[in-house]
Amino acid sequence: METNRDIFMQGYRHGIPIGLGYFAVAFSLGIAARDYGFNAAQGFLASLITYASAGQYMGFALYATNTTLAELVLLTFIINARYILMGFALNQRMPEGTPLRTRLLVGSCITDEIFGITIARPGVPTPFYTFGALIAAVPLWALGTALGISMGNILPARIVSALSVALFGMFIAVIIPPARKDRAVLGAVAVSFALSYASVRLPLIADLSQGNRTILLTVIISAAFAVLFPRKAEAEIEGGAADAD
Amino acid sequence: MQINVYLYIFVMAFATWLMRVAASLIMKKPVRNRFFQSFLYYVPYVTLAVMTFPAIVEATQSPLAGAAALLVCIAAAWFGQGLFTVAVLGCVTVLILELFI
Repeated sequence: METNRDIFMQGYRHGIPIGLGYFAVAFSLGIAARDYGFNAAQGFLASLITYASAGQYMGFALYATNTTLAELVLLTFIINARYILMGFALNQRMPEGTPLRTRLLVGSCITDEIFGITIARPGVPTPFYTFGALIAAVPLWALGTALGISMGNILPARIVSALSVALFGMFIAVIIPPARKDRAVLGAVAVSFALSYASVRLPLIADLSQGNRTILLTVIISAAFAVLFPRKAEAEIEGGAADAD
Repeated sequence: MQINVYLYIFVMAFATWLMRVAASLIMKKPVRNRFFQSFLYYVPYVTLAVMTFPAIVEATQSPLAGAAALLVCIAAAWFGQGLFTVAVLGCVTVLILELFI
């Protein structure tokens, strides 16, 4: 019989390779964070308690544009909306009567990758597993961010230029596999690239801040695809789970 | 007037956490509204795509290297490479190309 301690250690082991990946990507996040005015301690704290790549990148960028807290909250909700979907997929696997405490603890550990290994693990999602993975991975994420901020400026420009691509590489690694499986997602990605490129050049829209352009484009394109290519009600949760593999 | 950076960080972390536990807080049975489900389904891909392009081309010293990294990353992810490999291949592409450009 697996004890909770065994399950925790299993999660910890599975979290280590994830953490190593995070470390490299966080370094490039740190380079961006430095440009947006964050010092190493602030970056470390932000990464330790937020642990959300795209959301943090946007949050750091918005800070530099003197955004309001309301705008920050709205954009954070939108950019991390996929976590809601992942939360639904995990809760779907938990039997009726599962204590709210357990559901909250599992939900609190959601990142793209930890969701992936948790949903791929047979059986009911347990906070012992998710916390094991979280405790292995998140400190490396925070450390990478701090080092990116503090060491980014002693690295040659050529190295910084190369590392700054890592974060976008990670975004691409998240969006392309589902795009390959689902033509509607492929279409959404292609339209997003095109409209994002165009929006930087269009009058009026180009005057908006980067954050507001992202909100506007996300809502318009996602709503349009939801109307034109609606998901089957049941397959949706399954699809979210399958994407993790 | 700049917002206090620590307040800003805590608000960002709290808003992110709310998204993580939203389903845990409200889920008694799955949401049935098809439009809402579909909208949520597309949101992550659209947001990340919008943030990636054209930003990746503007992030590198040479736009050409950024564009090449974009294509290499898409190809690598398409053919099943994981997050870490895709990110590293993007970096290596820029590193090599900018030696020559």
